Amino acid sequence: MSKLKILTKGFFKENPSLILVLGTCPTLAVTTSVNNALGMGAATTFVLLMSNILISMLKNVIPDKIRIPCFIVIIATFVSMIDLIIQGFLPALSASLGVFIPLIVVNCIVLGRAEAFASKNPVFDSFLDGLGMGIGFTISLVLIAAVREVLGAGSFLGFTFVPSDYNMLLFVLAPGAFIVYGFVMAAVRQILNNVEAKRKAKQATA
Amino acid sequence: MNKLLNVSGSPHVHSGESVQKIMLSVIIALLPAFVVSVFYFGLPVIVLTLVSVGCCVLFEYLIQRFMMKVPTTISDGSAVVTGLLLAFNVPANLPIWMMVVGALVAIGIAKMPFGGLGHNLFNPALVARVFMLISFPVAMTTWPVPSPIWGFTDAITGPTPLGILKESATVNMGEMPRYLDLLVGQMGGSFGEISAIALLLGAIYLLWKRVITWHIPVSFILTVFIFSGIFYLIDPTQYANPFFHVLTGGLLLGAFFMATDMVTSPTTPSAMLVFGAGCGLITIIIRLFGAYPEGVSFSILLMNAMVPLLNRWFKPKTYAK
Repeated sequence: MSKLKILTKGFFKENPSLILVLGTCPTLAVTTSVNNALGMGAATTFVLLMSNILISMLKNVIPDKIRIPCFIVIIATFVSMIDLIIQGFLPALSASLGVFIPLIVVNCIVLGRAEAFASKNPVFDSFLDGLGMGIGFTISLVLIAAVREVLGAGSFLGFTFVPSDYNMLLFVLAPGAFIVYGFVMAAVRQILNNVEAKRKAKQATA
Repeated sequence: MNKLLNVSGSPHVHSGESVQKIMLSVIIALLPAFVVSVFYFGLPVIVLTLVSVGCCVLFEYLIQRFMMKVPTTISDGSAVVTGLLLAFNVPANLPIWMMVVGALVAIGIAKMPFGGLGHNLFNPALVARVFMLISFPVAMTTWPVPSPIWGFTDAITGPTPLGILKESATVNMGEMPRYLDLLVGQMGGSFGEISAIALLLGAIYLLWKRVITWHIPVSFILTVFIFSGIFYLIDPTQYANPFFHVLTGGLLLGAFFMATDMVTSPTTPSAMLVFGAGCGLITIIIRLFGAYPEGVSFSILLMNAMVPLLNRWFKPKTYAK
């Protein structure tokens, strides 16, 4: 696999929340607004990046039988760091994301990449993988949050442009999260399939 | 080829029933309630109904034609019935654009993504109704006061009987519409649910045509009656009497026309009885203890989710096994 592919596979092709269906809990919970989605995406990307690098570095030292606790300790360290940083410098974001920042510790995407990629691959590859997966997670959060915020609150990135009479409250509530998640997932998969079909057709004619 | 030798596999007797015929019967059965609501609420009822039915059919056509790329099935009439039932579940003064959104939700979220008629897990009209109730809480609970067509009072809004019940700490039957009013439809509410007599007329037609069986409506209404009766006997000053609970709100409309939806209800009689009882129980729990004054649509949707389980539990035994 080329270095570029390691980076870009997380964007859409192996997008953690839309294709692998990992990390659905934060995906459903924090996508009420684009701001929250960006904050959550950035925090998760940081944790993914750092834990992937460190775990890849330590992969020969960590005993195989207790690797999961070791991964969790490493991940928890970086989550505590980002949690304190956000509390210190972005108190508003910290208030709106609440418990979901500390919960990155148990995010399946972070642990999944540690187990499936970082513990088997060299440091630079793990760095690219963490970055790609983090960006992919952020893309999916922003896609879902954009739909929910525009339909549910009539705003985008906090700028209101639809009068509140025309908002559909359901979309910022929990059922709206499930509905939009499903539709975004279906749309992205359909587009990927179309792209893939076109690529195959091109190969066949060539 | 000789026609006589052309034998197909069993069953050989066909009742002549088709989706179209069933949907036509439902449409006919809904007509009395429609006429009553036009009488009480006037022109807006006709406009909203046309918009709702038209949009449901249009969205189903567009989705099948351009997104699913399959032959369209709008001629089976199921979209028309969904549109009618959806329109019957809203206040008569609802803005038109909300009706369009409701139709889009019914067809575009509750029906077609599951695979269209016969595959939808939840009743499309009720999904859309609950969607609108949660999304537009003000517009969906501002009820115009019913007045015969010659009265010019279309700007007055008032609460539903169940709304009055929820707001006040004790039951004061003096504030309530009289039972005769409840029977003919002189009460606030979504425009298809107001007249008990018109709905019962339609229900009798459906039973006579064998489109629905008695199991679901009877167990649904009986459960509501029994449980509200128990609470009424415990404390008549706190809880309304059971006849009131049966005649108000969307109970009759829900029990006869929406809980009995063939796609989203169980298939065997015993499962139907359990299904109806579950609907009744959830309805009365929401009405007496919930945050919403009315719980029929929530209860039917919740029980819709139970249908696959009920069908499995009450699987008929194979003969001689």
